[in-house]
Amino acid sequence: MQRRLTGSANDPLIRARYRRESRFKAYSITALFVAFAIIVAFFTDIFSQGYSAFWRAEIEVTLDYNERAERIGRFAIPEDLREIVSRGAVRSIPLQIRNNPELAGTTRTDWVPVYSRIDQYLKGKEELPPALASQVDALKAEGLIRTTFNWAFFTSGDSKLPELAGIFSAAVGSLLVLAVTLVFAFPIGVMAAIYLEEFAPDNKLTQAIEVNINNLAAVPSIIFGLLGLAVFINTFGVPRSSALVGGLTLGLMTLPIIIISTRAALRAVPDPIRLGAFAMGCSRWQVVRDHVLPLSLPGILTGTIIGLAQAMGETAPLIIVGMIAYIPEAPTSIFESATVLPAQVFTWASEPRKAFVEKTAAGIIVLLAILLTLNATAVFLRRRFERRW
Amino acid sequence: MGIGLTTLLLLAALTPLGYLAFRLGRGKALQTMASGISMHSRPQQYGWYSVVWMGLPALGVAIAAALLSVFGVIAPSRELVLIVSLVVAVLGLAQGLRAIRPEVRARNALDNVIRWLLLSAALISIITTVSIVLSIVFEAMRFFREVSVWEFVTGTVWSPGDTFLEAAGRGDEVGEGTSFFGSVPLFAGTFMVTAIAMATALPIGLLSAIFMSEYATRAQRGIAKPLLEILAGIPTVVYGFFAAITVTPIIVDIAAFFGLDASYSNILSPGIVMGIMIIPFISSLSDDVINSIPQSLREGAYALGTTHSETIKKVILPAALPGVISAFLLGVSRALGETMIVVMAAGVRPNLTWNPLEDMTTVTVNIVYSLTGDLAFDSPQTLSAFALGLVLFIVTLLLNLVSTYLVRRFKQKYD
Repeated sequence: MQRRLTGSANDPLIRARYRRESRFKAYSITALFVAFAIIVAFFTDIFSQGYSAFWRAEIEVTLDYNERAERIGRFAIPEDLREIVSRGAVRSIPLQIRNNPELAGTTRTDWVPVYSRIDQYLKGKEELPPALASQVDALKAEGLIRTTFNWAFFTSGDSKLPELAGIFSAAVGSLLVLAVTLVFAFPIGVMAAIYLEEFAPDNKLTQAIEVNINNLAAVPSIIFGLLGLAVFINTFGVPRSSALVGGLTLGLMTLPIIIISTRAALRAVPDPIRLGAFAMGCSRWQVVRDHVLPLSLPGILTGTIIGLAQAMGETAPLIIVGMIAYIPEAPTSIFESATVLPAQVFTWASEPRKAFVEKTAAGIIVLLAILLTLNATAVFLRRRFERRW
Repeated sequence: MGIGLTTLLLLAALTPLGYLAFRLGRGKALQTMASGISMHSRPQQYGWYSVVWMGLPALGVAIAAALLSVFGVIAPSRELVLIVSLVVAVLGLAQGLRAIRPEVRARNALDNVIRWLLLSAALISIITTVSIVLSIVFEAMRFFREVSVWEFVTGTVWSPGDTFLEAAGRGDEVGEGTSFFGSVPLFAGTFMVTAIAMATALPIGLLSAIFMSEYATRAQRGIAKPLLEILAGIPTVVYGFFAAITVTPIIVDIAAFFGLDASYSNILSPGIVMGIMIIPFISSLSDDVINSIPQSLREGAYALGTTHSETIKKVILPAALPGVISAFLLGVSRALGETMIVVMAAGVRPNLTWNPLEDMTTVTVNIVYSLTGDLAFDSPQTLSAFALGLVLFIVTLLLNLVSTYLVRRFKQKYD
């Protein structure tokens, strides 16, 4: 029997081909959905691990500022609660008395944070010895233990005690580092881009610079850390762990990103604008300053924000230049030792104690929120000010 | 006097001088014009002209002195540098004011100065590359003076071992030959993790790109693309946490279900998570490439009666192959240099194995660990970081060059 050559829907060969067609399409959709599923799983995971760190348990205790408590804070706490109250809160009691001498000899009822393991137990994340657990349950039933929003997480620096550890000093460090990065990379990046786009003759030097910038953008970030260590710290003597060395290292890393996006923004300005300005007798610099730059500014800012967001999430080069020091107090200048948010996340992630896991995840949530805001600002700027010619 | 204070003082002195220079220069030009002589440029350009005469030589002196002392040629005292620069500034100001004459083309001169300033900013990128190469090569050379290149390249035992004693200043307590710097196990780990990452990222990334560019409607594409790019914006330290805390236990459980024994720092977990990180690189680059293939190729294939998927497989993918390979190579270069994920989720034990469920360590992990301790900077273990970094730099550079070359060839063919 001769098979018909014209394709009919009943032709087994054609049907097989159609089946293959829909199978292939299904594969490609599946791939995309796998990617989406990963994104959803990822964010759910981070949030479910981290949101509990934004709350912390506090206990109402009657603090007895007696003579012994002036030297050893433990004695200010009722004996049966000494295992429950945070050791950090206890330690600060002698200092309190020294700063406010009128407290001595008085008693006061106050809410103080509880020991991190109790906090974890109340959040259902850790087990306690049965006796202690039933004591905590009883206190909670009496209303002596409450859960409040953990403001301390945002207002205090790192601590060896998980219940007191916060992101404040790391956030200040990040801000200082980004300021240095911006001050270093923004002017140089924009100037380099203006040169390449508006001034440069098409010669070997220009081509070399262009190839170079593209390659620098793809160099692994850890290599920039090695550069920062060898050049800034060992040759120029910039203080190790300081926001200055971190900012400069990240600045070198961000430079190619800023140059590339600034060039794209400059290129988007149509030539008739330049030619018109030249026709009015402007010099090249006047054309750039008065006409091209104002028109491309939104694009340049967008690129800069994206570059900064990338720098803000960077950890590896900063570890190499020593920015993973333990920093309980926020740095006050760019020459002091500092740490940054991602490095703080890394430090907490390497802590063996379980209470730090939720701290790490909460630090990540804050970091992601900041990065999201930065990127959203960039997208908004682009949408709002972008001009189509 | 600290270097920061000197710089601050210099700038503090130059700023009012600059303002003065501007006012005087412009004043002289205005005066000349008032007397009926026409000048080549606008008055404020003469103002800036004298600012340049004042500032550039002075800054040049200061920067030259700073460079000389950094490289240890001579070290003039900072007070001396400050005074000399200020004297030069005043002399420059006098010369600049004297030079203002109607026929002087201040505008053109300014344009030239600006061009040179911009060029020097552009040269900083070259300086960066050169200093990367020089600093890394220099430190790596110091390493290779103590460890033979042959041992480094072919040795299968990496155990910096007792060098930490040496670094702590107790070198004499160490017997000879206790540390080994054979980098093969480190590179094996790096290639293993890269292979796992690419095996995850390539199918998902490429198939997603095919869906977005061939099957998706405009609206679907408008949603899918930015969503995928979220993955590119997540910091690597976050991926590292995800790999260590979430993925690794899952893998250990799954392996246990099949009766396999997986390590809690197995290399599979960082590999997969790294693959997730690379998905957007592969998908957006492949998407660009597939989109830039001319419609005529597709229409020609349809005219021959092929189905959509046959067109994709037989016509579009072969045409897009250079671009896809280039995306793949960029992904590989990312994976090789990725640090935080492996530092947080992979092991620290050099281990030469084919089993992805065992713990392995990588090049980047060792760079980090040999530089984060309290080690003396010239101990072989610290220096080994630079030798590893050198290899990493060269390999990623080559991958990037090949990848850019392929994309350029592809673009030339279809544009």
